[in-house]
Amino acid sequence: MTIPTSDLTAVAPEGAVAGSSSGPKRRKFRFVANTKAIVGLVTIGFFIVIAIIGPWIAPYNPDARSNALVQGPSGAHWFGTTHLGQDILSQLLIGTRGVMFVGFLAGAVAMVLSILLGITAGYLGGVIDECLSALTNVFLVIPALPLIIIISATVKSAGDLTVALVIGCTSWAWGARILRAQTLSLRNRDYVQASRATGESTWRIIIFEIMPNLVAIIASSFVSTVIFAVMSEITLAFIGVSNVSTWNWGTILFWAQSEQALAQGAWWWFVPAGLAIAILGTALALLNFGIDEFVSPRLRSSGATKVRTADGAKVRMKVGFTPVLMSRHKPAEVAEFTPVVTVPAAPKGAGQ
Amino acid sequence: MSQPVLEIKNLCVDYGVGEDAVHAVRDVNLTLHRGEVLGLAGESGSGKSTLAYGVTRLLAPPGVISRGEVIYHGRDTEPIDVMQLSAVQLRAFRWAQTSIVFQGAMNSLNPVFRVSEQLLDAIEAHEPKLSKAARLARGRDLLQLVGIAADRMDSYPHQLSGGMRQRVMIAMALVLEPQIVIMDEPTTALDVVMQRQILGELIQLRERLGFSVLFITHDLSLLVEFSDRIAIMYGGRIVEEAPAATLYRDSLHPYSEGLLKSFPALRGPRRELTGIPGSPPDLRAMPTGCSFHPRCPRAIAPCSVDIPVLGTPAGTTADRAVACWLHPVEAPADALSAEPVG
Amino acid sequence: MKYLLQRVAFYIFTAWAAITINFFIPRMIPGDPVESLISRNKGQLSTKAIDSLYVLFGLNKHESLFHQYVHYWVQLFHGDLGVSFTFFPTSTAEVLKQALPWTLALVGITTLISFVVGTGLGVLAGWYRGSWIDGLLPVTTFLSSIPYFWLGLVAIALLTGVNSFFPASGGYDPGVVPSFTTGFIGSAIQHSLLPAATIFISSMSGWILGMRNMMVTVTSEDYITVAHAKGLSERRVMLGYAARNALLPNVSGFALSLGFIVSGTLLVEIVFSYPGIGYLLFQAVGSKDYPVLQGIFLIITMSVLAANFLADIAYLLLDPRTRREG
Repeated sequence: MTIPTSDLTAVAPEGAVAGSSSGPKRRKFRFVANTKAIVGLVTIGFFIVIAIIGPWIAPYNPDARSNALVQGPSGAHWFGTTHLGQDILSQLLIGTRGVMFVGFLAGAVAMVLSILLGITAGYLGGVIDECLSALTNVFLVIPALPLIIIISATVKSAGDLTVALVIGCTSWAWGARILRAQTLSLRNRDYVQASRATGESTWRIIIFEIMPNLVAIIASSFVSTVIFAVMSEITLAFIGVSNVSTWNWGTILFWAQSEQALAQGAWWWFVPAGLAIAILGTALALLNFGIDEFVSPRLRSSGATKVRTADGAKVRMKVGFTPVLMSRHKPAEVAEFTPVVTVPAAPKGAGQ
Repeated sequence: MSQPVLEIKNLCVDYGVGEDAVHAVRDVNLTLHRGEVLGLAGESGSGKSTLAYGVTRLLAPPGVISRGEVIYHGRDTEPIDVMQLSAVQLRAFRWAQTSIVFQGAMNSLNPVFRVSEQLLDAIEAHEPKLSKAARLARGRDLLQLVGIAADRMDSYPHQLSGGMRQRVMIAMALVLEPQIVIMDEPTTALDVVMQRQILGELIQLRERLGFSVLFITHDLSLLVEFSDRIAIMYGGRIVEEAPAATLYRDSLHPYSEGLLKSFPALRGPRRELTGIPGSPPDLRAMPTGCSFHPRCPRAIAPCSVDIPVLGTPAGTTADRAVACWLHPVEAPADALSAEPVG
Repeated sequence: MKYLLQRVAFYIFTAWAAITINFFIPRMIPGDPVESLISRNKGQLSTKAIDSLYVLFGLNKHESLFHQYVHYWVQLFHGDLGVSFTFFPTSTAEVLKQALPWTLALVGITTLISFVVGTGLGVLAGWYRGSWIDGLLPVTTFLSSIPYFWLGLVAIALLTGVNSFFPASGGYDPGVVPSFTTGFIGSAIQHSLLPAATIFISSMSGWILGMRNMMVTVTSEDYITVAHAKGLSERRVMLGYAARNALLPNVSGFALSLGFIVSGTLLVEIVFSYPGIGYLLFQAVGSKDYPVLQGIFLIITMSVLAANFLADIAYLLLDPRTRREG
């Protein structure tokens, strides 16, 4: 399970301020140029497309039974069939819609809650902050999944909407805490103080001064929540808590498990679903890394980290040992560590 | 003039490699003599800190040394070029021969180690044979030397005040009794009273232990009082170098003049303060010729074309140098470094 | 000290909140779930048992809500969590007591090892940045996105079978009697290897990434430059100066993610039919065994709180800034 890696105490750097010296165009370009983010976005986009067109391109009705029981992948059934002869590929395609719907809806609900509770607590401070923080901490510590399982198990007919709401209402705490910390630090920045001094109303300050700086963090925690929501939803389906008649990837695994797919050696039953989950999860995580690196440039893989020496060897630049590129004039002294480069008149191409 | 203890020759420090490299220190020649206090002044971005860190090769990536030598003359050893040292040799050289007093801001001390541990681990690394008791004793002596009670050995950095942290940094720099101590803005983060106190203590320590000092700051007024010689940096180059009193009375370079006029004298007639118009140059897009000429009130024709050479102008004493077309040089700066190396 | 007391107060408060939530959940169940159980097992349920079930499910409607609440607490203090529907007539507490040690052993040991190894690798990855180690990061990202249980399924498919060393399910060989004999313990360990490995691989990646990022952040701090300037050995700077400081947020991150880890472990148990709390949960959900469900929720929450508390103590020991006097 992905554990959120955002540094809780990192303060939003000035570079993320909206309308700062590097214009919006240049920033967006830098973000998009990040390979990880692109790969993540493209993959997620692919899944969204499938979610939308799934029912149309699925070759069979996922509930339709046939006589081809527990068959491996074949021309007729690309991903094989279940114990009832149902086509697994169709189940997978149809199921994407459920997964994406619940994932993004839960993410949205959690995002709204975390914004409301986190920013309010951070900005208003005092007693309100204490109460909201206590509430946030409680929800943070109580393990979410068992809570979700219990609630879903007791509520009758837990359909997609219910599941999404339950997940959304229990997983906002992480984002709220991060937003609160950021709001606290932003609150003391000069431009916010200035706005308060000139009497701007509280909600205007929150919306126009503070929130633009939190966009990256909000995006990052939204993505994290979606990851969590997708995992939780699939888990619920896998255990059999949510409605097994609506298809999602977890349901496929549920049937695989209960029909002893493993014992029958029917690997095609559970591999595609698991892979789909893993790929979607990875894509979301990559997107998150892209956002993380965008927010704190230190995490980016800095361009050229290696410097070429005279004999063709490359030495990596490290903290604490500045490499020296210069012509030797004491051949007896072997610089085993220092890179030594013969410098042509106009140094060009030293390193990359 | 006494023997040189550190000779910086034609040092060039860049950030990055290739075409996009930023030249932060350009062709700097500077000599620190034994027992002297050499002040290095300049605005932010002038390259003075880069120079100081480059001397011991302490720059973080993407800093690289692209040219030059730094010759260290130890008391009983052959001169060594710091730029040619291996990693192991460099580690042995650092702190034992040349140490740095960093700004004692909160971040310079490791927050999870006690003062004693941070003070003494350098001893352990360089003199492993020394017993623990001996190390502790030396640590306590040093703290006493800088005016901190010995019971502070067990404190953590967050329990110390700003002035105390700075003193700990000073004590830490002296722990191996180095020949050279580089001080990088040691008092900038402190209030004026504390500044004075610490500077006074530094002077005493220097007299007692006899190390040479390279004092880096943007505050020229401090240097005028405290140092023997002053070098002024602008845009990565040394633009003037002279004994402190000489510089104060009779500076040659217009930038030095501008700097000196920027702070008031405590005594003497009241005069109008003037700053220097404009802002420091962008190191990636330097002006042609002399990098100061866009802001210089006395720029002449050659200033925008050729880079002035640092050297001793005609009609001045041999112990000063300037890089300005108003004072064309006769002998280049190499002649300024004292007697030839033995 | 003040810090610790604050944390204790917080945990007590959270425990109270969890118990209260637990109190309200069954009241969402429509109808009377106890009725069917009673009619099915007429005569075998003592009055006391029926009463306790009523209290548990809030069916003692003749009392006010507040009284119900108080009753609930009293019952709880007596260790009475009702009677399990599926394992009737065993009490819930008994059922939980049997399952808990298995989970504790599996989760506890595996999580600790995974944290230690993951953090260690993260230190290396962060310190030797720009080297080939960076290439491993996408792999670990992928591994951490795989649901624990899927990895378990794959492991079963690939590594188990008639002749393999790894058993496909269970906590111990069916023929062995649970006791503290070497035979049993050996069998137990053998059965725990795959589940443990699954959890280990999945959760370790998270630690590696987290620690790496913190190392990168810490390496740009001034005291690292100072450490290098002092000519200290690379190992000392990496471990004493960088890693020690980078560890702090990770320890608190560890505490917070315990909830996630526990959840993941539950699923692994289900996949391997490992006789712990997770498997119990699975069975309880399937048979709508509400008392057990509630009991599990309580146990899990309390364990996570306890683990959080231990992590807080660890943090206190590691970061001197939390030990401010007064």
